[in-house]
Amino acid sequence: MPHDHDHDNHGHEHGHEHGHEHGHDHFHHEGMSPSGHPYRADNDAPLTHWQRMEIAVRELLVEKGITTPAEIAAQIERMDARSPALGAKIVARAWDDPDYKARLLADGSAACREEGVEVEALKLVVVENTATVHNIVVCTLCSCYPRNVLGLPPDWYKTRAYRSRTVKEPRKVLAEFGLELADKVQVRVHDSTADMRYLVLPARPEGTEGWSRARLADIITRDCMIGVAVPRLP
Amino acid sequence: MLPEISPSGFAPPYPTAGGRFQPGDAVRVKRGEAPGHIRTPWYLRGRTGRVERICGDFANPEELAYHRDGKPLRPLYRVRFSMAELWGADVERPDDTVDVEIFEHWLERADAA
Repeated sequence: MPHDHDHDNHGHEHGHEHGHEHGHDHFHHEGMSPSGHPYRADNDAPLTHWQRMEIAVRELLVEKGITTPAEIAAQIERMDARSPALGAKIVARAWDDPDYKARLLADGSAACREEGVEVEALKLVVVENTATVHNIVVCTLCSCYPRNVLGLPPDWYKTRAYRSRTVKEPRKVLAEFGLELADKVQVRVHDSTADMRYLVLPARPEGTEGWSRARLADIITRDCMIGVAVPRLP
Repeated sequence: MLPEISPSGFAPPYPTAGGRFQPGDAVRVKRGEAPGHIRTPWYLRGRTGRVERICGDFANPEELAYHRDGKPLRPLYRVRFSMAELWGADVERPDDTVDVEIFEHWLERADAA
């Protein structure tokens, strides 16, 4: 079952994809697909304690009439439907509407609701990139992420490497994402440790004057809103 | 090394009864080693920063984690630290910063530098 909670014990998926390198003489292709990728093992292993507990609790809730399988499926569908397109819509409007931008920076969640984005209990703090400030978001304790406006976090966001390095050497991390910052730019890291969640408001690139919000939204990627990239013209 | 703060001037959008600290105040993170569920990352213990804003009053996660009600609500701050303060002078850029949410009971007043 997917979970929408942060600070919990879930969130790590173990697969066997891409655990190899191409082109090495010593590499054996036994057990590989025709394209040379390892088959993913069937999940025939016994359930873990927590998997058993989840099934038990879910079945009890259904038996007692507290929820239904249809409700659970609908909730999963709602969670899966969230994507960075929601955040991009918010940012595009902020670029296009200075009053909206002021409201977004003052109270991110209220501004999202105004734009029709359902934020539920999310308490969103929006941090603005300028010519002299670059913001980047991390959760060192686990993997807190503004799921209501960006969907599920990328796997790298949950890795120990990203979480530990970003608060110590953000410029090296950004360089590995292909982003070299000018000397005059100060880096502000935001570690989401408690009740707030963070969205980076990227700076609007030059050359986008007169663009529609929909066209602007196309260049506002997930990574721009985490702060590991900046919008680029196609 | 304390960061420069230009207080945002935003009123906290979430209710607060008012805490001990104001934006711009110098605060030190306590060195405590409480057992159990804690939201104050280890790398901040004993470090001094400045309050960037008060977020509001929230239930204490150290209580919520054990199915208690988390009351009384605690003021939650965003505190800004310089990289130099956190990791020493030998960092990429001493005046880059890290902002972290910290509950009031983990903070003590520090003499302004």
